[in-house]
Amino acid sequence: MVSLTINGKLVRAAENEMLLAVIQRERIDIPSTCNHKAVEPFGACRLCTVEITRAEWDGWKRLVTSCLYPVEEGLIVSTHTPQVIELRKTILDLQLARSPKAPYVQDLAAQYGITRTSFEEMPDGDDCILCALCTRVCDQMGFRAISTVNRGHGKEVAPPLHQAPPDCVGCLACAQICPTNFIKYTDKGDTRTIWGKTFEMLKCEETGRPTITRAFAEYLSKHRDIPAEYFQYGDQSHREQTALTMGKIALWQRQEKA
Amino acid sequence: MSIGTPQQLEQLHHECSAARDRFQKRVIVCCGTGCLANGAAAIVGAFQKALREREINGFTVEAVKETGCHGFCEQGPLVVIEPQGTFYTRVKPKDVAGIIDKSIAENQVIETLLYKNPVTQTRIERYPDVPFFSHQQRIALRNLGKIAANDIREYVAVGGYQALAKALTTMTPDQIIKDITTSGLRGRGGAGFSTGKKWRTCASVKDERRYVICNGDEGDPGAFMDRSIMEGDPHSVLEGMMICAYAVGSQQGYIYVREEYPLAVIHLQKAIDDCEREGLLGDNILGTGFSFRIRIARGAGAFVCGESSALMKSVAGEVGEPRAKYIRSVIKGLFDKPTVLNNVETFANVPIIISNGADWYKSIGVPNSTGTKAFSLVGKVKNTGLIEVPMGITLREIIYDIGGGIINDRPFKAVQTGGPSGGCLPESKLDLQVDFDSLTAAGSMMGSGGMIVMDDRTCIVDVAKYFLEFLVSESCGKCVPCREGLYQLHRIVTRVTEGNATEEDLARAEKLSEAIVTGSLCGLGQSGANPFLSTIRYFRDEYLVHIREKRCPAGVCKPLIRYEINDKCTGCMACITACAYTAITGKKKQIHVLDQDKCTKCGACFAVCTYQAIDVI
Ligand SMILES: Cc1cc2nc3c(=O)[nH]c(=O)nc-3n(C[C@H](O)[C@H](O)[C@H](O)COP(=O)(O)O)c2cc1C
Ligand code: SF4
Ligand code: SF4
Ligand code: SF4
Ligand code: SF4
Ligand code: SF4
Ligand code: FES
Repeated sequence: MVSLTINGKLVRAAENEMLLAVIQRERIDIPSTCNHKAVEPFGACRLCTVEITRAEWDGWKRLVTSCLYPVEEGLIVSTHTPQVIELRKTILDLQLARSPKAPYVQDLAAQYGITRTSFEEMPDGDDCILCALCTRVCDQMGFRAISTVNRGHGKEVAPPLHQAPPDCVGCLACAQICPTNFIKYTDKGDTRTIWGKTFEMLKCEETGRPTITRAFAEYLSKHRDIPAEYFQYGDQSHREQTALTMGKIALWQRQEKA
Repeated sequence: MSIGTPQQLEQLHHECSAARDRFQKRVIVCCGTGCLANGAAAIVGAFQKALREREINGFTVEAVKETGCHGFCEQGPLVVIEPQGTFYTRVKPKDVAGIIDKSIAENQVIETLLYKNPVTQTRIERYPDVPFFSHQQRIALRNLGKIAANDIREYVAVGGYQALAKALTTMTPDQIIKDITTSGLRGRGGAGFSTGKKWRTCASVKDERRYVICNGDEGDPGAFMDRSIMEGDPHSVLEGMMICAYAVGSQQGYIYVREEYPLAVIHLQKAIDDCEREGLLGDNILGTGFSFRIRIARGAGAFVCGESSALMKSVAGEVGEPRAKYIRSVIKGLFDKPTVLNNVETFANVPIIISNGADWYKSIGVPNSTGTKAFSLVGKVKNTGLIEVPMGITLREIIYDIGGGIINDRPFKAVQTGGPSGGCLPESKLDLQVDFDSLTAAGSMMGSGGMIVMDDRTCIVDVAKYFLEFLVSESCGKCVPCREGLYQLHRIVTRVTEGNATEEDLARAEKLSEAIVTGSLCGLGQSGANPFLSTIRYFRDEYLVHIREKRCPAGVCKPLIRYEINDKCTGCMACITACAYTAITGKKKQIHVLDQDKCTKCGACFAVCTYQAIDVI
């Protein structure tokens, strides 16, 4: 265990824990759009930036990204200094310029007093904020069906060659994790379509309700030693449930690796 | 023969230098990328053909050496006759017979091939007297243009691998690190971090595996220091890496070279193969028990891949995107193992520091930036090329003494240092000392050593726009402040050049810059606002003229300028022919008229008018 001070309060945290997790546990409201329990921290949105110092630093301070910064004994953290707030405002202002119509971004920006971007709205702006949660969760499960392509301002999330992704099993984890609901899919009972690819759905033998895609079930029974019948009794086909299950699997995997 | 012991190396050294001294004269043909592009290969061919047909006083084909870049590419192809140092520029294959007849057979100098000093208009005979070279001090570039790049025997002849032998047989790893630290050597790849400290940290991490990586990415457009070293003196890079590997306890090294540098890859690979064959790479090097191997990793040529964490991902075969480094790569780098990453030029300095000693190196340069630095001097100077100067030299000395001043003797406006994310320094900074800390304090940076000189016809806002454009497209796009912030900054600066910006926009850009600098994940973003910040710092007035008066004083920003015909017009009609938009009318020997409504500001008329009768307003 290590102890550190966050906004004047002494808190304790497990070794190797990241600052953001501790801050969130302390119920301090701190924005972050690229962080999620199911995937490794990434540090892309930069909203979770906080100021750190130490007693022995003699007043010297430093801004760090809390999602990536491992806790340290004796660290003194301030989550809402004027400089940090200014930085978050500018970042949200920038995200709003990129995704002016995304309610998720609008809400976040409004919390920091920004209702309209002061920058040029992107003419072809969309709701994707490029947090890469979708690609990371897909990677994490081993599908690697989608990825970010291009660099710089032209970066986007896409399946290979913008075609229906061959490795996608239609698990919906990407759509579920997407904070802006940018990833669209349709469930028609018998079929599911995502990323331009249509999947056959398995159905629960008892309720008759669709469970998961056949491709996903086959993948899981082949690579995860989960009997195929298991999916025939899934009573929840909500994407919520799917994502939670996936998150758990991902977590097991990580623990296994560790 | 294989070099299994220090004694065998010594013996080979004598053998090779004797072979070198066999000829009374040597002909050096520069075969760097620049001279090759100008036809150096044909010169070599002409020499070979001529000398195969006849031998002159024992002078044979072997006395013709193809070397790496001298740095004076614009005068190439270059031929130097040693030991006299006769320096021929812009040599053509047809000149070869003359060189053999006169300069080799009879010790005569061919006037017309000599370099003409653009300042004094006099011919200069000897290499060291050419101002471009005489103000330089070459340490990292010591062998460039002196030895055949592709021949390990040439390197051994000039004392190559002696530093390695000295390090392995007479020094402990700790002593080497101490020497490098004492020498004051700071990384030449940009940030200027103490090389000794870096090695010390890496060596102190407990791990059984460790890596040494040479950063040969050199992403700065227009910079070619590292390329020239890799192409022209690959062994000095290898030797530097070997010494580093021994000092930090590594057995495996990588050289990361960008795809655009095929010749560098070929020469490095040849050098590695030669070393392996001779036993200088592999197991039990020089019989000391030290084992080390080097592999080349080829980069896809993205600017961001030069950044250390992105580079290591790229070497490991992943997408080269930076990651945040709260745990530094010296501790957890390539394959999560302790890793030393140094720049090509940094490694090239290492052997000579070990040979000549830390105090020797420390005595060159200034206290906080010791030694020398290579620059690629380009832009509006008379002499452009690759140079190496002691730290502490002033910008004025570089631009006027080595560079020969501004082309057409126009007024100097600014010098951009440090590559795309560096900064522009104005005339008032010409006497600034060139060293890591002074450049940073002045709002620019050393970077990897690009230096672009600009005259009064350069619009500083346009320059900022150009570099921002580069950074916007080279940003990896991972983090918001860099990806979106640089884009918006570029938009604002672009609006200034179009006359569509307000003074509030400038204030907004300054605030945005701060967020980009403090909020970005890697060095690209963290220095990405520099093109704007350094230009606004020294050239605010020029921004304001664009904004308030909707005017571009340098006559560059198209939307803000117009062309006008003045009364110097002789009615020669050249401009009428040049104008593709029929915007100019007029009769022979009468002053012409330019219709602003039809004019697209293409500048063709301005370019063809030899009477200065067209003004840019
Ligand atoms: C965007 C970016 C690009 C870089 N490109 C290069 C490069 O092309 N060559 C290089 O040696 N260092 C480059 N660097 C610096 C490296 O990350 C690293 O600091 C350096 O290679 C370390 O070597 P040194 O200590 O010898 O300078 C770059 C850094 C950044 C942030
Ligand atoms: S549906 Fe699942 S497999 Fe397909 S792209 Fe999304 S996360 Fe990857
Ligand atoms: S699609 Fe959604 S999850 Fe994926 S990067 Fe865009 S916003 Fe993030
Ligand atoms: S600062 Fe720019 S280049 Fe660096 S990680 Fe962020 S987006 Fe990529
Ligand atoms: S080229 Fe110059 S001098 Fe000739 S007609 Fe045009 S403006 Fe006059
Ligand atoms: S600037 Fe171009 S379009 Fe305009 S008058 Fe001259 S040549 Fe014609
Ligand atoms: S949560 Fe996005 S950068 Fe930390």
